[in-house]
Amino acid sequence: MKIEIRNGRVIDPSSGLDKPASVYVAGSRIVGVGETAPRGFQPEAVLDATGCVVCPGLIDLSARLREPGFEYKATLESEMAAAAAGGITRLVCPPDTDPPLDEPGLVEMLKYRARQPGFAQVHPVGALTTKLEGKRLTEMAELAEAGCIAFGQASVSIVDTQVLMRAMQYAATFDFPVWLQAQDAHLTKGGVAHDGAVSARLGLAGIPVAAETVALATILQLAAATGARLHIRRVSSAAGLALIRAARADGLAVTCDVTINHLHLCDHDIGFFNAHARLDPPLRAPSDRDALAAGLADGSIDVLISDHTPVDDDAKQTPFDEAEAGATGLELLLPLTLKWAAERQIPLAQALTKITSGPARVLGLSTGCGCIAPGAVADLCIFDPAAKFTVSRERLKSQGKNTPFLGCELTGEVRYTLTEGHLAFSADKLL
Amino acid sequence: MRNPQLNENGELIHLLSLDGLSREILLGILDRAEPFTAVAEREVKKVPLLRGKSVFNLFFENSTRTRTTFEIAAKRLSADVINLNINTSSAAKGESLLDTVDNLSAMQADMFVVRHASSGAPYLIAQHLAATRRSHIHVVNAGDGRHAHPTQGLLDMFTIRHYKKDFTKLSVAVVGDILHSRVARSQLHALATLGVPDIRLVGPRTLLPTAADRMIESTSLRVCHKLDDGLRGVDVIMMLRLQNERMQGALLPSPQEYFKSYGLTPEKLALAKPDAIVMHPGPMNRGIEIDSAVADGKQAVILPQVTFGIAVRMAVMSMLAGGSAQ
Repeated sequence: MKIEIRNGRVIDPSSGLDKPASVYVAGSRIVGVGETAPRGFQPEAVLDATGCVVCPGLIDLSARLREPGFEYKATLESEMAAAAAGGITRLVCPPDTDPPLDEPGLVEMLKYRARQPGFAQVHPVGALTTKLEGKRLTEMAELAEAGCIAFGQASVSIVDTQVLMRAMQYAATFDFPVWLQAQDAHLTKGGVAHDGAVSARLGLAGIPVAAETVALATILQLAAATGARLHIRRVSSAAGLALIRAARADGLAVTCDVTINHLHLCDHDIGFFNAHARLDPPLRAPSDRDALAAGLADGSIDVLISDHTPVDDDAKQTPFDEAEAGATGLELLLPLTLKWAAERQIPLAQALTKITSGPARVLGLSTGCGCIAPGAVADLCIFDPAAKFTVSRERLKSQGKNTPFLGCELTGEVRYTLTEGHLAFSADKLL
Repeated sequence: MRNPQLNENGELIHLLSLDGLSREILLGILDRAEPFTAVAEREVKKVPLLRGKSVFNLFFENSTRTRTTFEIAAKRLSADVINLNINTSSAAKGESLLDTVDNLSAMQADMFVVRHASSGAPYLIAQHLAATRRSHIHVVNAGDGRHAHPTQGLLDMFTIRHYKKDFTKLSVAVVGDILHSRVARSQLHALATLGVPDIRLVGPRTLLPTAADRMIESTSLRVCHKLDDGLRGVDVIMMLRLQNERMQGALLPSPQEYFKSYGLTPEKLALAKPDAIVMHPGPMNRGIEIDSAVADGKQAVILPQVTFGIAVRMAVMSMLAGGSAQ
């Protein structure tokens, strides 16, 4: 199908392009960007982007789809609809499904199930160890062939550092990226909130910042020793970020991401035991949140992620310490990026790098992804940067209605989402 | 965000925590408790303030003492009291906390007295009742995890006021396992709100929150790791119970060493003012946190605390669900 996207402000963060233009799509590719159509181009559909920004489809480096194993929390269908409504055209899912993604067959099945028109492209992270138990290595080469783009442990730590080192060595042999969350298993044990003034006051068992820094120190040292390509997931503290900066200054090629929740919230947002603020890692102190927001702006943090984790109501309507950690996020990634940009007065084109070209670079996607140029894949997000909306259970398409942002007014509404030239979402409900 | 224990007029509808309650509300409860101390002296130990009301004691965690004092308080107010030990019934069968609450609400409860091992559980119940338009059912927190034990905090304030009159001239030491103590957290909020200018938290670093100095927003709070520093010149010593399980998990080496460093002996008590009072929420571990000579000594007010506890709980329950005090 040939589509013309007309009258929009086209922003391509990868090239710095930011100007009023039309984007011409034929089949799964962009065939032209500019004021005039490519010769002979006859649009079959025209999308009016007046007042809207046209940018590459968003890339989310962490979204739990809950398949296989947790279909009562979410299904591929429900979460793909949420991704499309959020302008997301590519996403990475962590391996903590049930069973975990530690066998090629599971990965193939997931990739197969997700290969539908209008669905975001799914890039699974394979389990680094079988069953995520931190004992035996998975068949990484096989898993990579099945479609895994990296190997990790989701939020499960490898306690045995010898296994961790060998896993990183083995991954480095094939130049497979290793994605890890830095969380010392012992220092995290029993904890449910940041070890600080709020947990002291509310009587919640604390997780100290040292749980992150101790694990980070180990992981960074092992990355340097093994040469593994390292990506740190879900940095939560100022001290943790400082360690990553220092490792980079020493020449280590490490990338990292932060979640939309940790970018905007802190332990005070637990309020009166709000289980929606029960997250992993825990929301930390206001000074940590501010350091993360500054680190994302100055480039110390490469990517902003939704960390989408749909949780069923039954698992949240419990006392805080019994509640399952996690928050839904696919539909909030864009508006919360815009919120951060507005608060820190960051130009839109620069802010969007954190959810488009930035994650594309971490994924090592070859040119033609995460950008707007002739020949590139027609993954596009068209959004109204001024439209306001209130986050509500009814509005969320995800099966997970759990987010600490419920009731918040946010700015930035997706109008259309195109995945590989296919109209995956339209706010106009025309299609 | 409105404190869920207050209605839109700032009046108390639940008692969940002493955090965020004004001096007026705290003193109002203590004043209301005063006449109830006399009810116990009467031949007929009852007043009709809660006649026809049903009070459900929902204990998700074992307790004999607290449950009994709530039961006595409710019965002296003429309420019907139903005791449920949930840890041995529905929860063991997998029923969720809110399902239990819904079922009991359907039995026309007027008040839930809740004890739960999770911090914040009574908030969840109060919020659930509000969300389902059942705010006429009152919730009293009888101890939730490490978070709060507001009636204990109130009876402690009642006791201090009984013996010391003016809060604004006092030095008070809270000694022991503050990290795990819901009693300490309630005491701190009340002491700060009532204007105590010198509050000392005393204990080893393993039994204090990392942010112990920020547990309350008050300049009167001070953290001491040496018992001598904590006790010197104080008017009130509030001892905390040390649970036996603290010897596991590398928090403490042994009960003996704890007693040596933090046990309240007559020698240590001598560091406080000569007329200092010694309090303990019970049950005591003699020889671990407190020496028998002190526990049974003339400065101890531990048994009056228990007696006052009934009057204070009568005050709270009648304030929430009853008419005006007699």
